[in-house]
Amino acid sequence: MRTRPESNRQRWAIAAVAAAVLALSLVLRSAYYELVLTQVLLWAVMSLGWNILCGYGGYFSFGHAVFWGLGAYTVALAMIYLNLSPWVSIPFCAVVGAVAGAIIGFPTFRLKGHYFALAMLAYPLAMLPIFQWLGFQELALPMKRETAALYMQFEDPRVYVVLALGLMVVALSISLWVENSRFGMALTAIKQNEPAAEAAGIDTWRWKMLALMLSGAIAAVAGGLYAVVLLVLTPDTVFGMLVSAQALILALFGGVGSLWGPIIGAMVLVPLAEGLNAELGNVLPGIQGVVYGVAIIVIILCAPEGVYWRVLDRLNRNKKPEPRATVAAAPVVALLQPRGTAGGDLLVLRGIGISFGGLRALDQIDLAVPPGGLYGIIGPNGAGKTTLFNVINGFLAPGNGTAEFAGEKITGLRPNRICRRGIGRTFQVVRAFARMSVLENVIVGAYVGAPDDTAARNMALAALDRVGLSVRADAIAGGLTTRELRLMELARALAPNPRLVLLDETLAGLGHEDLDGILGVIRQIRTDGTTVLIIEHTMQAMVNLVDHFTVLDHGRLIAEGKPNDVVRDQRVIEAYLGKKWVERVAATAN
Amino acid sequence: MSFSLIDFLQALTAGILVGSAYALMCVGLGIIFGAMRVVNFAQGDFLMLGMYAAFYLTTGYGVLAFLGPYGGPIVAAFLAGPIVFAVGWLVHRFIVSRVTGSGAAASEGAGAYGQILTTLGLSLILQNGALIVFGSTPTAIRSPLSRSSWEIGDVLLNQGRCVSFLVAVVVAAAVYLFLGHTRLGKGLRAAADNSQAAIYMGIDVDRAHRLAWSLGVGITAIAGGLVASSQSFQPYTGFDFVIVMYAGVVLGGLGSILGAFWGGLLIGIVQQASTLVFPYQLQNTCIFIVFLLIIFLRPQGMFGRLSERT
Repeated sequence: MRTRPESNRQRWAIAAVAAAVLALSLVLRSAYYELVLTQVLLWAVMSLGWNILCGYGGYFSFGHAVFWGLGAYTVALAMIYLNLSPWVSIPFCAVVGAVAGAIIGFPTFRLKGHYFALAMLAYPLAMLPIFQWLGFQELALPMKRETAALYMQFEDPRVYVVLALGLMVVALSISLWVENSRFGMALTAIKQNEPAAEAAGIDTWRWKMLALMLSGAIAAVAGGLYAVVLLVLTPDTVFGMLVSAQALILALFGGVGSLWGPIIGAMVLVPLAEGLNAELGNVLPGIQGVVYGVAIIVIILCAPEGVYWRVLDRLNRNKKPEPRATVAAAPVVALLQPRGTAGGDLLVLRGIGISFGGLRALDQIDLAVPPGGLYGIIGPNGAGKTTLFNVINGFLAPGNGTAEFAGEKITGLRPNRICRRGIGRTFQVVRAFARMSVLENVIVGAYVGAPDDTAARNMALAALDRVGLSVRADAIAGGLTTRELRLMELARALAPNPRLVLLDETLAGLGHEDLDGILGVIRQIRTDGTTVLIIEHTMQAMVNLVDHFTVLDHGRLIAEGKPNDVVRDQRVIEAYLGKKWVERVAATAN
Repeated sequence: MSFSLIDFLQALTAGILVGSAYALMCVGLGIIFGAMRVVNFAQGDFLMLGMYAAFYLTTGYGVLAFLGPYGGPIVAAFLAGPIVFAVGWLVHRFIVSRVTGSGAAASEGAGAYGQILTTLGLSLILQNGALIVFGSTPTAIRSPLSRSSWEIGDVLLNQGRCVSFLVAVVVAAAVYLFLGHTRLGKGLRAAADNSQAAIYMGIDVDRAHRLAWSLGVGITAIAGGLVASSQSFQPYTGFDFVIVMYAGVVLGGLGSILGAFWGGLLIGIVQQASTLVFPYQLQNTCIFIVFLLIIFLRPQGMFGRLSERT
């Protein structure tokens, strides 16, 4: 997230670029150059649209041509069959793009990573034969001589430059707004660690859908204007692979996930490819594609982060690391009142069972955690401890049984909903948003309980204070030690003031001196009024920490009760150390 | 939606015959994905290279002359394999290896997408390079076999396709045996299963990847050579097959070679059967719909497994 003066600077930069483009269009003396400039601007818009989903959200799409093509055909068909002016139909393209985004996103967001990218590829390729079959092989926009301006047909090519420029400014402003809002923060969190984002209460599905719809709308509007500029459409030129490829190559070249990346990419590559095509197109018909292909490979091999980030790193390297002002002392928040549940336990599990194929991972688990308790779940590796957490926080739906939280059923809810109800969690292997600062990591967690961004920031600072990590608030999460990462994740879970936190092996991998600090933090959490359920497989630290043990082995609950009783239980000793030990213990007892 | 039983049987047999070539392509793609976990975008373009290799072998350089019009195209399809294998080897050596295997650590930034983008770049270069070299006019390998058929009852069996069916099945079986029973093949599978562990066991993972990549594109090129004698092609043809291949591989289950074979075959049948109901031009759209249905209903495919840990 940018600070306010920084985003003001970005606004000035947008204005400066717009002025420069206008000046350039006045200087250019040929209609052809004006056309190239228009194309640069349109492709920049397309790439900015792509960047919203793929740059900020990390979901790469190889099929953005589907939006571009739908926009172009919407404008052309509306003009030919409905006699509708592009002044009306181009804004309407935003609706077309958004609707197409929703239709596409609904099935496709079931996929992640490569699979998502590939499935996206299929959409424009499937549209291509459909439009051919419908008989729209070549569509020319009718010329309107009398009412030319009404149909966006101008003698002076500079008008198109202005129109495309206007579009680009809008697209840039939208991107800037995304970057600086909760929307952008959610997308960044999704990009860096989606399960963690979901568990931190971010409705990942909703944000991804919105990103795809916005992205599609921008691409479709650009496609619509493209139709007006080029006047003739074929399915291949608007749905073809080169269109999808171009959207991502421009962003990649300039710098994925940056405001200026798509612009830089478009300004360098579009004129280059156009120029080569114009000079050599007759002799070497595929030269444009070859240029883009070579461009991709060179970028990936030499500067995979793109020009923008490369230059930024270079500039920052020369700059002295500015001493960051220490974070303002966290505001004192009223500590939580122990919120009573209307009599009874906060978390109740009844007969929870789940199988993976033939493996019975959890079988008939019953558990009741009273408000204010500090409960431990122990068991050897593979006992089903993490699986149980995954059931409680909604990553897994149990095969049978129910979970109730504060008297309400939570089985079947998505993780972000469960988080909203007041259950936070940490992970066995820390899931940090590695490229974000510690504070930003925690802010993401705080959004659930915060009415606005300022409140979220304050809650995050308070949470960092609670775990004693305020001094590291500005550090990038990727560079933290294990102890700091654990604390940061803890702060992220605590930020929205949950009623229950699930701690998954928070003590794992820590040395003795670190251990005491974290144990103190966990005790304090309970004292402050948050119920704690913690998984461990090392008994020692736990015996002194918790007031109740539940022991799992092979998916079954084998013992529960006071820590000191449980560690003497024969079944527990057997599960941990094997039968031999049970006999030996029995022998020594005699 | 009315068609006779004969139409149906005709479409079914045609589907199996065409599907066998698809199955072979899918096996090629499946090897690459299985071993390297790389989504190869350029697979369709290596297929196209195979088509042109077979084309020039049959028409330009005399293989046809002494083998006659019957054997020529088949031998040419076979020879397309090693030629494209060699091309693939070079491409992997100089480009792909830098973003995959042990070189992958350097591909931060664009992250895991570095690989997929590299293959996208390759695809653009191959397609458009082919356009420059070979021109845009569609060509086909003329074989008298593809113009004659056997009749079984009322069902016509195209002889060219029957022969390519046999070739495809034999090649696929040979690959399967190679992976299962040779030292090289086992090393490749080990590298695929867990490349870290394979390194510790003394397997040269980069070499195994190079083999997988080259073998994958080579096999697909043979399939391309086979298809080239029954349909015309041009430099952009690869893309028509990319969707076929990915649908087949996903249907079989990403990572499973056997699954890829059956998936490809099934896609062939779906494609041919779709022409009974829908217009001919929409057959690839039908494949796409099948692709989506798989994603919806069984994303792990027929033979694949899904695993995710938190």
